Amino acid sequence: MNTFVLALRFLRRDWRSGELRLLVLALIIAVSAVTAVGFFTDRVEQAMILQANQVMAADLVLSSSRPVPESFEQQAEALGLRTAHTLSFPSVIMHRDETQLVEVKAVSRGYPLRGELRVRTQPSAEEQSVTEPPIPGNLWGEARLMAALGLQPGDQVSLGETNLALEQILSRDSALGNSFFRLGPEVLIALEDIPKTGLVTPASRVRYRLLVAGDQTQVEAFQRWTGSRLPRGVRLEHLSSARPELRNTLDRGSRFLSLAALVAVLVAGATVALSTRRFVERQSDTSAIMRCLGASQSLILRVLLLRLLLLGLLASLLGIAGGWLAQYILAGLLSDWFGGTLPPPTPWPVLVGLGTGLITLIGFTLPPALRLGAVPPLRVLRRDLGAPPASTWLLALCALGAMALLMRWQAGDATLAGWVLLGTLGTVSLLLLVAWALIHLLRPLRHRGGTLWRQGLSGLLRDPAMTALQLSGFGLGILAMLLLVIIRVDLLDAWQRTIPERAPNHFLINIQPEDAETMGEFFRQQQIEQAGIYPMLRARLTRINASPVSPDQYQDDRAQRLVEREFNLSWAVEPQKENHIVSGHWWDASNQESPLFSVETGIAETLGIKLGDKLSFDLAGVPIEAEVSNLRQVRWDSFQPNFFVIGTPALLRDHPTNYITSFYLPPGQEALLAQLVKQYPSVTIIDVSAIMQQIREIMQRGSLAVEYVFLFTLAAGLLMLYAGIQASREHRRQESVVLRTLGMQRKGLIQAAGIEFITLGMLAGTLASLCATVTGWFIATEVFGFAFQPNAWTAIIGILGSGIAIGLAGVLATWPLTVQPPLRMLQNR
Amino acid sequence: MDTDHNPDSILVKANGVGKQVNGPGGNLTILQDVSLQLASGEVTAILGASGSGKSTLLGLLAGLDETSSGDIELFGTSLNSLNEDQRAALRAGKVGFVFQSFQLLPGMTALENVMLPLELAGVSHPAEGATEALRQVGLTDRLHHYPGQLSGGEQQRVAIARAFASGPKLLFADEPTGSLDQATGSRIIDLLFQMREQTGAALLLVTHDERLAARCDHRLQIENGQLESSA
Ligand SMILES: Nc1ncnc2c1ncn2[C@@H]1O[C@H](COP(=O)(O)OP(=O)(O)OP(=O)(O)O)[C@@H](O)[C@H]1O
Ligand SMILES: [Mg+2]
Repeated sequence: MNTFVLALRFLRRDWRSGELRLLVLALIIAVSAVTAVGFFTDRVEQAMILQANQVMAADLVLSSSRPVPESFEQQAEALGLRTAHTLSFPSVIMHRDETQLVEVKAVSRGYPLRGELRVRTQPSAEEQSVTEPPIPGNLWGEARLMAALGLQPGDQVSLGETNLALEQILSRDSALGNSFFRLGPEVLIALEDIPKTGLVTPASRVRYRLLVAGDQTQVEAFQRWTGSRLPRGVRLEHLSSARPELRNTLDRGSRFLSLAALVAVLVAGATVALSTRRFVERQSDTSAIMRCLGASQSLILRVLLLRLLLLGLLASLLGIAGGWLAQYILAGLLSDWFGGTLPPPTPWPVLVGLGTGLITLIGFTLPPALRLGAVPPLRVLRRDLGAPPASTWLLALCALGAMALLMRWQAGDATLAGWVLLGTLGTVSLLLLVAWALIHLLRPLRHRGGTLWRQGLSGLLRDPAMTALQLSGFGLGILAMLLLVIIRVDLLDAWQRTIPERAPNHFLINIQPEDAETMGEFFRQQQIEQAGIYPMLRARLTRINASPVSPDQYQDDRAQRLVEREFNLSWAVEPQKENHIVSGHWWDASNQESPLFSVETGIAETLGIKLGDKLSFDLAGVPIEAEVSNLRQVRWDSFQPNFFVIGTPALLRDHPTNYITSFYLPPGQEALLAQLVKQYPSVTIIDVSAIMQQIREIMQRGSLAVEYVFLFTLAAGLLMLYAGIQASREHRRQESVVLRTLGMQRKGLIQAAGIEFITLGMLAGTLASLCATVTGWFIATEVFGFAFQPNAWTAIIGILGSGIAIGLAGVLATWPLTVQPPLRMLQNR
Repeated sequence: MDTDHNPDSILVKANGVGKQVNGPGGNLTILQDVSLQLASGEVTAILGASGSGKSTLLGLLAGLDETSSGDIELFGTSLNSLNEDQRAALRAGKVGFVFQSFQLLPGMTALENVMLPLELAGVSHPAEGATEALRQVGLTDRLHHYPGQLSGGEQQRVAIARAFASGPKLLFADEPTGSLDQATGSRIIDLLFQMREQTGAALLLVTHDERLAARCDHRLQIENGQLESSA
């Protein structure tokens, strides 16, 4: 009890005297940064999922080849969810005597539940965003259809037994991503027009969909409800079953955000470490006097720890409030980009903030604080006696432990946290090593050169431990800021570049072998860039090793669907450019005549396929079998033709095959497609530009969010700079008093401080840019799978920038010490 | 020196105390075979040149450091058998200090500095006792000032108030006027002696001021770590 009262009293005194202000401020910024990032990424991630849901035009879709039972819609409405129906099937549109194969999609009022429709009244008109589908009697079609049939808006076309007016040119339907393999251009009509067409009979091939959207909890409730009730043939589609290229993009986006949060944690830790040291130093006197007056070690410790704990709590709460406020402003700024409103944050980040505050404080203050109990009371007589310094190992271990814990927690991704932690660790070791070497190398130099130079250098040497600490603190802070630059400039660009400006936006499938040869020539004549042309065979997976494969073997519904449907196999001599062999070896001249398979890592994981397994496929009645010789990572978002399973030429070459290719069609050249179909009537064109557009938008918004999140890192970094300079303030104050009393001029003092801090800053900058480049390279290649090109600017900015910034900050901090008369400062101790 | 005291009234007793340290130039003997005692209510001055070992002796007698040889009894308890914490507990509430460099905590006001020993002793209303002590040293109007805002003499008065606040039986003062000018110094000494008179505490005063030593009951001269003479 007495301890608690004492701790409270001390805390009040600390607070008033400004003793702990820097520490508290550092902690508040740290917690604010982390919680703002937490709240914001929480909301952004939710928004990103929502955005991804726009691809389905809903949060959840039930799809079936027969009408979805009404009980599902009733349940959804009972739960307060919004619903809509769509019905899609291939058919033919006629205009005059010309016909065109199309994908008809009939939609009910309210479609789309998520996302939007974009239309144009004329091919040359501005795109407009609308939320209502066409009214009965009207039809919206894509530009391709217009080109193929030579249509003008307002023309009448016939669909089945009815005539419809072509009202708008459809440039974007959110849910296009859903019908990835479309055979023709899409036309959108009202559901009410379906009976008049007479096209939908029990025998026709129609896909019925029930779209559902609403509150996340209600959507989840509905999903649970449907769980066991799904009749045979009704399929639940949700985000995880959406296209892999989208999944890839979202994963990367949230990784970027975690990375931003991680870096914020890093800077915060460095700041707290720097500001703790001064506090501990000051506390030595208190401890010594208290010991003199009869306080026991344990009392001193208990009071101190309790104070720190209370302080941590207080600062964390303030930080959480700050973070909450900050993310609100941020969300307000960004709401436009996220289509109006962001979902409200969940309370989870509060806990993260509290944990971050306490863990950071404890991790960085505990080892030195624990030593304070051991301050010898004799310090009151002999000032040189202090607390025995905390073991460097203990210090490092504690700080590192705290960092590791926080990072693992923040990143939610062990690999990413691991790399950042490793980078940090490497940087800190390097910084300490260099600090140590520097102190030994500079010592002899101290006696050369002019007074200023000597003074500046001895500033670095007067307290080697302090210099090492400052160097590591500055180094870490600069590392964080440079990582920010690397991520901003190099990684985000690399991310957006994963879909190059002229990435293939159309796929051609069902290319006959004889057409495959001449098609290259066709594209060359039209000056169209075309990716390679690849053989494609459809086959069903029958066995993995000895055991037969059937859908009920798998829990995962993705796995079930994969097994149900036919695989696209291919064969190749060389692996595709964007593919990356993860384990095993691609075949070469020595073994490409043997039966071997290369399997994509994702599907291997889903289906439990390992290196060396024997896979059996049924290829149109012909069984084939081969061993898995390597696992391949595929960049699905590259929009190149890619295959789950590729065989050796020997294995598949002699089976009947079709070919697939992809190409980039510049906008406005849709007429070319009609020509292509005329020349190669058997091929099927698949247009992926819509989904590509959507992925691009997600990337842009994601990048923007990451940049904003980094503002907090920047604030934390600036505070860290301040803390680093303040750490040696007491020393400099004493020194400047003595030097000025001895007659050194103000200008000299400032120049000496400048030399000291510019040296420190450039050194920290050099080391940090080295480490940032290495860390950036690892993050790029290992975590994101990008190629990374080191940017010389990073190093230049790192070295010069930190030299100037730290030098300037040091001079500014020394200035007030030189303006006050020395006597005032002697008294002010 | 007198040896005819009632043994119960002996507060500090040193028996053949020596102190050696491992300095940069090998083993250094700071104190050698020092024996002395201090009875309750007595005022003893320790005199000696700079570097003769006065502060070292004071630190040993107060139990702030350990002897290399010999034994010290504080309040009848041999310090040799006690660890750091037990020695601290022995001091709690019974020993006061005044130092040359004041040793006030810069982050605390005058009042809070004086409250500190009372708080540590678990006194229920530490502010009242501390205010009273500060009144006695004439600083009633400076209760809420920080040490940095006080003059040297005022700071030392705060230190004296702190030393007496818990009503100690024994006071250690290490050159309390060393950082002050002559006039202020003698006012501080007057205050110190006057407060001691009121409380009846014993005082061990380290000084190199002969005139000050003359006001004490006993004087011990220390030279090169050894007691030379007593009076
Ligand atoms: N831990 C130590 N290591 C090395 N030398 C020490 C140590 N403690 C004290 N000394 C030395 O012992 C001698 C006595 O020191 P002490 O502080 O007791 O002197 P003093 O009599 O109080 O001097 P002053 O009047 O200047 O305060 C000095 O020469 C001092 O340098
Ligand atoms: Mg001394």
